[in-house]
Amino acid sequence: MSSNFTDNWNRRRLLKAGASISFGAAASGLILPTMAAASTPTTGGRFRYAVVGAAISDSLDPAIYADIAPGIMGWQSRNNLVEIDAENRVVPELAETVVAMDGGKKWVLKLRKGVEFHNGKTFKSEDVIYTLGRHIGEKSTSAVKPFFESVTDMTADDDYTVVITLEAPNADFPYYLADYHLQIVPAGTTDFSDGMGTGAYVMDSFEPGIRCTGTRNPNYWKAGHGNFDEVECLAISDSTARVNALMTGEADAIMFVDTKVVDRLSNMNGMQVIEAESGTHMTLPMNVTAAPYDNNDVRLALKHAINREQLVETILRGHGTVANDHPIASTSPYFNDQLEQRQYDPEKAKFHLKKAGVDTLEVTLSSSDTILGYGNDVAVLVKESAAAADIGVTVQQEPADGYWSNVWQKKPWVQSYYLTRPTPDSIFSLAYRGGAAWNETFWGNDRFDTLLEQGRAEVDETLRKEIYSEMQTIVSNEGGSVIPFFASVLDAASDKVGTGKVSGLSNLDGGRAAERWWFSV
Amino acid sequence: MHLLVTLILQRIGLGVVTLFGISLMIFFAMEILPGDLAQETLGQSATPEAVAALRAELGLDQPAITRFFQWFSGILHGDLGTSLANKRDISELLVSRFKNTLALASYSAVIAVPVAVTLGLLAALYRGSIFDRTVNVLSLSAVSLPEFFIAYLLIFFLSAKFGLFPSISNVSADTSFSEYMHRAFLPALTMALVVTAHMMRMTRAAIINLLASPYIAMARLKGASPMRIILIHALPNALAPIINVVSLNLAYLITGVVLVEIVFVYPGLGQLIVDSVSKRDIPVVQATCLVFATVYITLNLTADVLSIATNPRLMHRK
Repeated sequence: MSSNFTDNWNRRRLLKAGASISFGAAASGLILPTMAAASTPTTGGRFRYAVVGAAISDSLDPAIYADIAPGIMGWQSRNNLVEIDAENRVVPELAETVVAMDGGKKWVLKLRKGVEFHNGKTFKSEDVIYTLGRHIGEKSTSAVKPFFESVTDMTADDDYTVVITLEAPNADFPYYLADYHLQIVPAGTTDFSDGMGTGAYVMDSFEPGIRCTGTRNPNYWKAGHGNFDEVECLAISDSTARVNALMTGEADAIMFVDTKVVDRLSNMNGMQVIEAESGTHMTLPMNVTAAPYDNNDVRLALKHAINREQLVETILRGHGTVANDHPIASTSPYFNDQLEQRQYDPEKAKFHLKKAGVDTLEVTLSSSDTILGYGNDVAVLVKESAAAADIGVTVQQEPADGYWSNVWQKKPWVQSYYLTRPTPDSIFSLAYRGGAAWNETFWGNDRFDTLLEQGRAEVDETLRKEIYSEMQTIVSNEGGSVIPFFASVLDAASDKVGTGKVSGLSNLDGGRAAERWWFSV
Repeated sequence: MHLLVTLILQRIGLGVVTLFGISLMIFFAMEILPGDLAQETLGQSATPEAVAALRAELGLDQPAITRFFQWFSGILHGDLGTSLANKRDISELLVSRFKNTLALASYSAVIAVPVAVTLGLLAALYRGSIFDRTVNVLSLSAVSLPEFFIAYLLIFFLSAKFGLFPSISNVSADTSFSEYMHRAFLPALTMALVVTAHMMRMTRAAIINLLASPYIAMARLKGASPMRIILIHALPNALAPIINVVSLNLAYLITGVVLVEIVFVYPGLGQLIVDSVSKRDIPVVQATCLVFATVYITLNLTADVLSIATNPRLMHRK
């Protein structure tokens, strides 16, 4: 049970590496919009919330966070330069403005003045240079090092201005700064265990894999945030134990509720389910270099042979939306709404099979519950719906332990998943660019790769949207993955907890519940 | 007495050999698992160069046998090593977790042992009665249910329904004693229910076995009361098997807590070992297994010594 679980969440962390940023329009040379104030937060109380994925091996060194769970603990006492709001925009945090120069090659960060760390030190550009510098260079062991490989120079113009120069223009750069690995620490910090930062709560105690507690920072600079008197982040990785903790009043909110229990929870007195649409999606990647998947008609046949509506209704119990065989969710401003939604159509599947020159198709789908907890169930439904198109699917259930090393990218047709990625570029570069390490279908398309380069450097939003729309069409019609659905982010809380509009970036309001939420009674 | 000392020394020697064997087995079992810490840490996106660099930094590029003996010589110097995952001192990691596990085991033992022995004695005394049967059926039912299921039943009734005890037992170093007793009650009760049946049945069987002996018939003939016969005449001779089964179950209370710790979010060794196996943090797994094995061996040794010490016939065997 546990190894399955941990494996799952280990991978989750990998998927999240550098992903704590969201889709958004506000990227290029611009003044950032301000964070909308939460409706009417009240202050007070001790907020206890349970997170998944914390381990005894955790440390509070942001550069080596192995999961978002220690990142959430870190966010109690720390801030980033920017954050992503519920509308998926980049909004200022410790940086008041992030402005692009030279078409996105050079970025100028103006820092907020008058912010102090909990130890009284004034926040200045040296802290930014130190924090970011830990992710750059040969010796860095940072999980987000790849994102910063393109940084060629970083200088402090004065105490409150930092200029970062990139190797090539990248319109998405501000998103990277919102990642949980980039929480700002005071310059020169080598011992991170005191959680020193500028955040809403001063850290009281940190017990790795058990809890992290904090007391309200009386000097917190962000209005309407940090509303609790005290916060306690509990590590509860077992999903039943988490629900128990919420039901018995041991926790006020819990991260990640299983779709199997979510409706029962929402019907209970005094409980609320906190749901946000997200870009989290399952993929069914085929190895396009091997027969029969090297034939695009076979791939199209399989894409028509799955019943997406049924999967959303049965597996997600309605807590999600159908996908169109590409990884961009409708919540993204770059979503291609002109592309027709692919339907379950056994006749069309048969048509493509005939075109491919095969009468009946026999394939094996490797599945595992390490995929979002319901991989095996999805595989069984795929088998049923494909049967109507004369496609015989053999479901091969694989052990969860070692799934990513022995099955993924090894067997011809498997399952995989991705959590919300910040921008189209980040998911396309990661898993769809020809030759990318995570290109799980081994698919390559020259036009697609050219567009990818163009999109990254394009600061004109209209053109950018056109580029990303075409890329979605290419992936949907030619790509090697069947992508059935996007799953919502699901948390639960007691109904005493008040929230504004919740971010779907990751669980617990993008990981910032302690700072953003409040007790309404 | 001389015999006892020799025996203890012999057993300790054998125990050390066993520990060596166990650590070898654990080490190579971990080697067989797919992937290592470098891959687990870097993940799927890890380039071969990054994996190689991290392996070199962690010393994982050395041959397995070299790493084993490096670790082993550390142990001989009393150094459990450092965790590969977070570079922390393992003994430091273990101590707090082991204290918690030990506390939980003692808590359940304090509940389970007196209950089991008393029920066993009473069941033997009223053998064949309704009482005997009820106790047997109940304790056997308890032992037949998987412990996580017992745990959920207890949570459902005592926590969710009646709100008597908390459903999670995330105690910490500064939890007060009375709060600890309250917080850890459900896991302790779960463990107690799991081990009671075994001890109770063994006590009952050992006593009943003796009740057929001629010296008990003699005691009965001279008019001793049934209670007196059991407590004064039968129990001392039944101590050896009872002590054996109690120590076996105590060992289980320490080494078998993994599931219960996960269900109740109790920060003990069980959670530590699960975390470490999934991260392939071999030194931590090794050290934890060593602790578990030492507990088992020590308790077995204690049981043997006590059964001999309570049995004059074994003390003066020639």
